[in-house]
Amino acid sequence: MPITTTKSAYRKGIVDALPFVLVIIPFASLFGLLATEAGLSVVEALTFSVAVIAGASQFTALQLLQEDVPTVIVLISALTVNLRMAMYSASLTPWIGGAPIWQRALAAYLTVDQTYLTSITQYEREPKMTVPQRMAYFFGAVSPVAPMWYIFTLIGAMLGSQVPDSWALDFAIPITFLAMIAPMFRTLAHVAAALVAVVVSLLAVGVPYSLGVIIAGVAGMITGAQVEAWMERTKPGRTAR
Amino acid sequence: MIDKTALWTVIIGLALGSFFLRFVFTGLVGNRQMPQWLLRHLRYTAVAILPALVAPQVIWPSGTDGQFDLPRVSAALVTLSVGLVTKNVLAAILSGAATLYGMLYFLG
Repeated sequence: MPITTTKSAYRKGIVDALPFVLVIIPFASLFGLLATEAGLSVVEALTFSVAVIAGASQFTALQLLQEDVPTVIVLISALTVNLRMAMYSASLTPWIGGAPIWQRALAAYLTVDQTYLTSITQYEREPKMTVPQRMAYFFGAVSPVAPMWYIFTLIGAMLGSQVPDSWALDFAIPITFLAMIAPMFRTLAHVAAALVAVVVSLLAVGVPYSLGVIIAGVAGMITGAQVEAWMERTKPGRTAR
Repeated sequence: MIDKTALWTVIIGLALGSFFLRFVFTGLVGNRQMPQWLLRHLRYTAVAILPALVAPQVIWPSGTDGQFDLPRVSAALVTLSVGLVTKNVLAAILSGAATLYGMLYFLG
């Protein structure tokens, strides 16, 4: 059903992001647990999640803080894990760049894998949405995700006991991302971009500070753009989107 | 134990740095038109970055200390296949999770 009002955009954002609750709950709890195991207080663990709101880079920082690594290196490593957020920001700009600055600032703070992925999928599916509708949709997608991240960091930190490895929680994130990516393969260009990104990321897995992901991402984006341009040349009058 | 000064330096530095990374384009470029070649590349951000993020985790999962794990690889393939066929995110997640736990259970 097409979105007609900002209110319906907000509601659709909530609904579309709901499946992520399944992932955020174990992932946030795990961060809370590991943080208290590493000696952080409940308040420190919660502050960490509220201030940074980026799972992978929080886990990286927490790991390195325990390993006698210089603080500067901890910071740089955790930030490079988050470099992809700059690419998300660039990718969102053509869609929400026209929104008021305070909304863009709030959206920037709340840009995480899940909210970005949900929103960009919707913007591309319904390009006629207005900017206020796009922002409403974005904040809708945030609504089930961000509060759960805070609340379950807190709960995990308060429980403070070890989650058994047999729960295989490490795999919650890969499964949800794969589920979200699958419907995105709309054209040959999308498939080629993903395939190249996967191959390069496997080859570049030894590159330090998680920079392999960025290298692979850029390689995939270049591939997608090239294939799109090639498809436009061979099929005049049709666009790749 | 983690040194408190180091901890708070990292929390504050990471919070400011992450915000900057997320704000750098949406905030600073805003409504200005970006060149066509750049937009053409940005269209493939999600479909490139996320598979790149996931692929090493599928082949060398952190949960098994990087050892290749048949249940995890199978779960990834099932999730992707169900997602491709049904275009239904929740169905893909649930069938992936069922595959993972089913195989972990039967393979012990």
